[in-house]
Amino acid sequence: MRTRITLALAVLLLLLAGCSPGGPADGGPVTLRFQSLAWQPDSVAATKELVREWNATHPDVKVEYVQGSWDSVHDQLLTSFEGGEAPDVIHDASDDLADFAYGGYLADLSGLLPARLASDIPRGSWETATFGRGVYGVPFLQEPRVLIADADRLRAAKVRIPTPGHPWSWPEFRQVARKLSGPGRYGVAWPLKEPVSATLNLSLSAGGRLFHRGADGKVTVRFEAGDEVVARTIHDQVAVDRSAPASTLGSGGADTLPGLFGGRYAMVPLGFSYRQQIVRQAPEGFHWQVLPAPAGADGLTQGVSPQTLSVSADCPHQKEAVAFIDFLLRPRNMVRLALGDWMLPTGTQALKDPALRTARHGWATGTALAARLRPAPAQSVRGYPEWKDKVATPAYQEYYSGASTLAELRHRLERDGNLVLARYQR
Amino acid sequence: MRAARTPRTRRAARAGQYTALLAYLLFLAFPLLWLLSTALKSPRELGSPHPAWIPRHPTLANVRQAFAEQPLAHAALNSLLVALATAVVTVLIATPLAYVMARHRTRAARAATGWVVVSQAFPFVLLIIPLFLVLKRLRLIDSPTGLVLVYVVWSLPFALWMLAGHVRAVPAELEEAAAVDGAGRLRTLASVTAPLLAPGIAATALFAFVTAWNEFFFALVLLKSPRRQTLPVVLTHFIGAEGVADLGPLAAAAFLATLPSLAFFALVQRRITSGLLTGAVKS
Repeated sequence: MRTRITLALAVLLLLLAGCSPGGPADGGPVTLRFQSLAWQPDSVAATKELVREWNATHPDVKVEYVQGSWDSVHDQLLTSFEGGEAPDVIHDASDDLADFAYGGYLADLSGLLPARLASDIPRGSWETATFGRGVYGVPFLQEPRVLIADADRLRAAKVRIPTPGHPWSWPEFRQVARKLSGPGRYGVAWPLKEPVSATLNLSLSAGGRLFHRGADGKVTVRFEAGDEVVARTIHDQVAVDRSAPASTLGSGGADTLPGLFGGRYAMVPLGFSYRQQIVRQAPEGFHWQVLPAPAGADGLTQGVSPQTLSVSADCPHQKEAVAFIDFLLRPRNMVRLALGDWMLPTGTQALKDPALRTARHGWATGTALAARLRPAPAQSVRGYPEWKDKVATPAYQEYYSGASTLAELRHRLERDGNLVLARYQR
Repeated sequence: MRAARTPRTRRAARAGQYTALLAYLLFLAFPLLWLLSTALKSPRELGSPHPAWIPRHPTLANVRQAFAEQPLAHAALNSLLVALATAVVTVLIATPLAYVMARHRTRAARAATGWVVVSQAFPFVLLIIPLFLVLKRLRLIDSPTGLVLVYVVWSLPFALWMLAGHVRAVPAELEEAAAVDGAGRLRTLASVTAPLLAPGIAATALFAFVTAWNEFFFALVLLKSPRRQTLPVVLTHFIGAEGVADLGPLAAAAFLATLPSLAFFALVQRRITSGLLTGAVKS
């Protein structure tokens, strides 16, 4: 027995030793570690395929694919940066970059970007990854919020079908939602697990800004008429018209899909990429369509936080890393990545691809919105995460559920919110 | 009359007890059963507005997809190695230390016990960056050995506290009797104390195993190479932005990930039960 235990221990130690990393290879090609957050089967396949193509054509610069996860990327990157072990090429989202950029963890790409890539991506998109005077990421995929609608319900109610050229206004949207409601059925379901980003991004359509930067560079919160439109619409649909259920206010988007398929909700505002889930999960005979979100004084303008590719400040081969990013984001490759993730590319050339302009699965509707996408209002505001978690999220949740008034919402966002932001701007 | 009613009352009471027990078991098993049910449903059925307990068209497609998309078997092997090594090393270190802490009531032993309690007060987010830097200096980043080291340090305080209770439950008189019979210190420990401590050691090993098997954050931060990642880290690859998940394959993989712990527990449960109870009461 004792011999067997000793033997088992020895085997375990040997196996663990066998797993230990070897030393760094001397000489040879440059190796870049690329941490990708692609997670849907198609997008993982597309990304890995592109890495293979790069490695096949660039023997001097080898790229190693590392799978990351959206679920924990911020903490994982922060620790890696602090420990000097960060990946060389980093996939993330623009609203997660501010702390890393200001903290000096990411390389400023402004002097490294090739002219083709710099001119292919519109200025509005570059702004999402610009912090101070530097550019700390290349925005490459983005998704507008759209209305996914039960086409049969809309047709039966004989409502006007909105298009990007002739969208619903917010009051018209409220009216349509009322018309689509009935006993046990709602015109719309708002999945607002993250109420702040959804509200702020949609509020750009009505001219809402919320964050105002003064001449001294300091940001203050002011809740003005433009900021009221979307918030009041959601509140009134839930608490006054009863055309939206209160039960989905704390739900994620995917949680509302069974209700959409079952006829409980006629429309659900969702990110553009949710179409993939709908295609996979919708029952036979369920007809759905993609509609643009309602428009306000600023038309169909929306805020987005695109996915980005950045380079670690510690990366000793930044030029090679940017060359790899440039390869990944060639128009044809950007289209492959966009199709894999069911999102829109930021590149103007990629957006012209016929595969992204087809009416099938609402691609054309999304593509038509691309020109109206702007940086999410809050993403360069220092202290935004704390403001969002401690002040704005509970304030919006209470207002939407009918537990507080618009005046109280304004008061909390401005008074409590400015106290939080002031701490970050001393 | 009274005599005629008693057996019936007893039977009714017994039936009530079993019903309550069954309900409690179902309550406990609910997450696992729901996970299994989800793992066997097609995407269409997962999107159904009327979810059913038993899948209408059971399918193993999610299991196949989970294995096709992620290196689950390799990750499970990594997890198994790390968890087993953690359990073994924890027990090897904790057993003699716990013995000394329980048997020798010196000031140093009391201080050590206090230190063990204090060490539990630090949240791991406070430790992760210093730990990362220390392991980097030791060249143990991206190494299962480094991860095992962290898990052992992480498990050790509770393991010590738990095992010390077991040691105290072994009457010192038995060791004295062995000494009177002529047994030396080592012989006494090996032939008298160790067999009586076996349930406690098994419970401690299981605790360390499960802690290491389930742990996510240290593994995420300390292991860089995909081929070294453990199962909890690989499971998150089924989760996308804004918490959207590929539910079917995730459920299939998560269900499979619970099986080794269940199997290990089933194997040693009798020893564990007595071990936990022994440690819980100070005589």
